[in-house]
Amino acid sequence: MAKGEVKLLGSWPSPYVMRARIALNLKSVEYEFLEEKLGVKSELLLKSNPVHKKIPVLLHHSKPICESLVIVQYIDEVWSSGPAILPSDPYDRAVARFWASYVDEKFFPALRALPMAQGKEAMEAAMHPVKEGLALLEDAYANHSKGGPFFGGGQISYLDVAFGCFLGVIRVSEKVTGVALINEHTTPGLAGWAEEFCAHPAVEDVMPDTDKLTEFINRIIKMKSQSPN
Amino acid sequence: MAEEGVKVHGFWISPYSTRVEIALKMKGVKYEYVEEDLQNKSSELLQYNHVHKKVPVLIHNGKAIAESKIILEYIDETWKNNPIMPQDPHEKAMARFWAKFIDDEFLQPLRKALFFGEMEVEKAIEETKVNLKILEKVLEGKNFFGGERIGLVDIVATSIAYWVPLFEKAVEKKMLTEEFPKLCNWKNKYVNHNIIKEALPPKDKSIAYFRARFAKFRTSS
Repeated sequence: MAKGEVKLLGSWPSPYVMRARIALNLKSVEYEFLEEKLGVKSELLLKSNPVHKKIPVLLHHSKPICESLVIVQYIDEVWSSGPAILPSDPYDRAVARFWASYVDEKFFPALRALPMAQGKEAMEAAMHPVKEGLALLEDAYANHSKGGPFFGGGQISYLDVAFGCFLGVIRVSEKVTGVALINEHTTPGLAGWAEEFCAHPAVEDVMPDTDKLTEFINRIIKMKSQSPN
Repeated sequence: MAEEGVKVHGFWISPYSTRVEIALKMKGVKYEYVEEDLQNKSSELLQYNHVHKKVPVLIHNGKAIAESKIILEYIDETWKNNPIMPQDPHEKAMARFWAKFIDDEFLQPLRKALFFGEMEVEKAIEETKVNLKILEKVLEGKNFFGGERIGLVDIVATSIAYWVPLFEKAVEKKMLTEEFPKLCNWKNKYVNHNIIKEALPPKDKSIAYFRARFAKFRTSS
């Protein structure tokens, strides 16, 4: 397939963009990665996603597809000869979608608040929902991974992609707080899963380096604290 | 006897549980409906949706599925007659995009203002109208959001077709006006559809419910 047919608008630190890249990699789809600059939205982005003006945007034959999980499902359905990302059974699909939705609606907002927490008390309060979320996800992993190593069992799948993209931010939070959020004692399943996920060929090149990501997140925090909101 | 053990745990005035009932009725699937008292949730509900403890929950063959949009896709994938989702992957993606837009963007200002008093009602109406304008364009050249037939987005947009007019009556302010001719036309067709209207909660009871619910946040009108 000609490379020009598939373009992805995104940026290297974004976990949502990572989802799309992992999905394309899983299907061995060649694509052009158009990196958006921080703080400046390109004409193409504004034109392709006028409603949200956000990355990622997948452009396939110039048609835009927006929202990371919508993109992942689209990739799964279009390149159907590649390994399946969503399971085939309707109930298993519903379970995967449920946990992906949980990650987006509950887990990540809690995780994102962690680096912003100032002071010991605020940090502990911010830590609580993150740890709760990880306990639920550890449970989900135990219940659904059928021996693993992935949420999808032997193969990487939808929920692995939906949750695994946040491992970069999780590692930064662990570094900044000094707390091992995912560890062998409280989340043994997730600890093993995280290693396998990050080492997967579809993931390793798009998972950002922890130090680089820490620097980037610090820059964002600084920018936000300086600009009146 | 409900077919293949299909049960819905819902709440009479919840647009989210109504969506699920609409989808099942459109597919001709018989189900048992369990009305939940949200102040006193059943042990079944708490067990089946231990993560969120919310309605709706669909139980099929002893397995529970939660989150209304996820339930809708499950229903479509399990009972293949009268499809809710388009076949074409790009159209499917658009359907999922707009369904998410309705829940995450469109309904939020009204929720914030009317249910939580976190926003001025006038501001919420302003923002809602901006989103109505967006959806008006989506309907261009179509009878329904799903094209010629009712689809996922129409079912999710039941919140717009039926609940927004309920809110309008409860707070005595109009939002879905003649500024949006396609949406008004769609709304009328949709709520009068013979299957859909069976699933909608009774109008007067619903208006009374919302009037009472919104009373604590209403400034004197």
